[in-house]
Amino acid sequence: MLQYILKRILLAIPVVILISFIVFYIIQLPPGDYVSTYAAQMAAAGDNMTAEEMDEMRENLGLSGPVYEQYAVWIKKIVLHGDFGFSFSYNKPVLDVVKQYMGLTLVVSFVTLFFHYIVAIPIGIYTAVKQYSAGDYFFSGISFIGMATPNFLLAIILMFFSYKWFGDPLLGLFSPEYVNAPWSMDKVVDLAKHLIIPVIVIGIAHTADLIRVMRGQMLDELNKPNIVTARAKGVSNLKILFKYPTRAALNPIVSTLGWSLSSIFTGSTITAIVLNLPIQGPVMYNALLGQDMYLAGSWLLFMALLTVLGTLISDILLAWLDPKIRTEFRGN
Amino acid sequence: MNTSTIFKKKVPTTAKVPRPGKQDDKSDLNYSSQWKLMYLRFKKHKLARISIVILGLLYIVALLAQFIAPYSLQSYDSKYVNAPPTLPRFVDAEGKFHLRPFVYELKSERDPETMRKIFVNNEEKRYPLQLFVKGEDYKFLGLFRTDIHLLGVEQPGRIFMLGTDGMGRDLFSRIVLGSQISLSIPLVGVGISFVIGLILGGISGYFGGWIDSLIQRIIEIIRSFPTLPLWMALSAAIPPRIPVVTMYLYIVIIFALIGWTDLARVVRGKFISLKNEDYVVAAKIAGVSDTKIIIKHLLPGFISYLVVATTLAIPGMILSETAMSFLGLGIRSPATSWGVLLQEAQQIENVALYPWKLFPLGIVILTVLTYNFLGDGMRDAADPYKK
Repeated sequence: MLQYILKRILLAIPVVILISFIVFYIIQLPPGDYVSTYAAQMAAAGDNMTAEEMDEMRENLGLSGPVYEQYAVWIKKIVLHGDFGFSFSYNKPVLDVVKQYMGLTLVVSFVTLFFHYIVAIPIGIYTAVKQYSAGDYFFSGISFIGMATPNFLLAIILMFFSYKWFGDPLLGLFSPEYVNAPWSMDKVVDLAKHLIIPVIVIGIAHTADLIRVMRGQMLDELNKPNIVTARAKGVSNLKILFKYPTRAALNPIVSTLGWSLSSIFTGSTITAIVLNLPIQGPVMYNALLGQDMYLAGSWLLFMALLTVLGTLISDILLAWLDPKIRTEFRGN
Repeated sequence: MNTSTIFKKKVPTTAKVPRPGKQDDKSDLNYSSQWKLMYLRFKKHKLARISIVILGLLYIVALLAQFIAPYSLQSYDSKYVNAPPTLPRFVDAEGKFHLRPFVYELKSERDPETMRKIFVNNEEKRYPLQLFVKGEDYKFLGLFRTDIHLLGVEQPGRIFMLGTDGMGRDLFSRIVLGSQISLSIPLVGVGISFVIGLILGGISGYFGGWIDSLIQRIIEIIRSFPTLPLWMALSAAIPPRIPVVTMYLYIVIIFALIGWTDLARVVRGKFISLKNEDYVVAAKIAGVSDTKIIIKHLLPGFISYLVVATTLAIPGMILSETAMSFLGLGIRSPATSWGVLLQEAQQIENVALYPWKLFPLGIVILTVLTYNFLGDGMRDAADPYKK
């Protein structure tokens, strides 16, 4: 087992290196750079920059060399000093910007993850046990619509109803009076209230998906001979349900936990932009549009790493749960 | 073996005698090809059958968009900004019935309380609905120029069946015209990823060895990127102010570039499981070339899975295109897709005051749902173990 984990981690390292290079290449792609964006902003404000001034600014920001040189400098700083570069638009180190938004991003992601398991697993079990009942059709219908609705638009619709019924669209994560207030019980309550819409919106597609998966798994398991045997021996229905099919059906779901976390983390991007949440989505979006390359690059790199890590955790969990995979790997 | 097969062995003529009812269907099954069996199972899936009809209609509308839409993409009228939907009606204000449906002239007024502009029907002026009216010039199916539109009212009358947007453009026309892009991008994108996935997945699975490891690493790297941010980053790289066709190609390529990996994995898995089957090994020993083995012996074994996987990939692409265009990173004006139309719904005031701006959302949901049901039906049909 340990050998498997080690091998899996070693395999991830070249992937990470290549990813970092591709990330840097992608954020270089848009025409122009931060200096030309900045110059355009200054020109709009009536202050035209000369070509020399722009070159000087490029020199100061370390943007003058060729791509691979800039990449080498960037990576060297990350590896040696943990320095991810400087965010031009926030005018502070990237790491500080990341720290500022990381806490709430994690809160939103974990609450969503928790919510989607709590809701989806019981509903999945219920719809499988009561297949073709009214309840099954109801939840299956809802989960189909949940998968078909672009979640950013669901955000708008929910905001609209919250505005209509409660007189507050619940934009952002805090009411204005709490944004800069120190943490207190009231602030937590306020946060919880504002979390309802984002959690539903970000989680709905995953929840719908998980309900379908859980239902399918349960239906497969419910028809297996061991269930029939247990029933023939007179074990109570509830005990059978939780002891055999549910445990077996949970296997693939537990093993995709790592995947779920990273996909929720990155899937919140657009919703966060629409709902104006102070988490990573809007920061990333503005950094990309404003060519704030080190910030955008670091975020992209960070998310890619999270996905690699998620896959790694999933693979390890899968190997732990399913001995077949372990032996296959050793066989290689 | 069920009873009907035993029965048939004794009296083989029964299969040829057409007999109505269930039993006949069943005895037929023993002689049906794989595709016929799939078709029969597919026919049983009611939702999938309804979906295929709806999708067919949507694509016909997209094909004939310029003809069906009363107005063109460029047409706007500042007199009719944010006008509500006016459906053709049969009964007029006096309760009189008209055989030919008509719309009233729209008159703008100020709401005395909120001072907001509102539209009321001018009941003195009726415009009857007409078929095949003359309107703006367009090229029919790209073949010849004409100015005949399916529906319309006489000038200076206007018909806004789904209302207008913030620039006074007819929403119905824009949804119909936008469907050309929104419905074709996923098809072209999935088509490209189908080809790449089939080739690379096939090579990876059939030959194995170092080339397999290489392709697997590439797939792993692409899959390591979070899809949405990667899309955003790549779309941000599309230069502004480029021709519509080029922009369309860029976006399709971005989608396909990321989409092929799933398919390649399916293909690879199938190749690996099939290539050690006895009949394939036998063909190899008999000296059949690799190409022929792949095309004749391997592909037919799992092509149905591929079609299903491809269909199930389409809804995701529709949603992504909508999301990207909605954020202004996908299709940009002057071209229009459903995502572009939904941009106005970004402001909550717009949705609250002019709820008809959510119509494009309804169409997006309908399309994605029907594709999901279609894929579901096809998956059930392609599964040979399905009862």
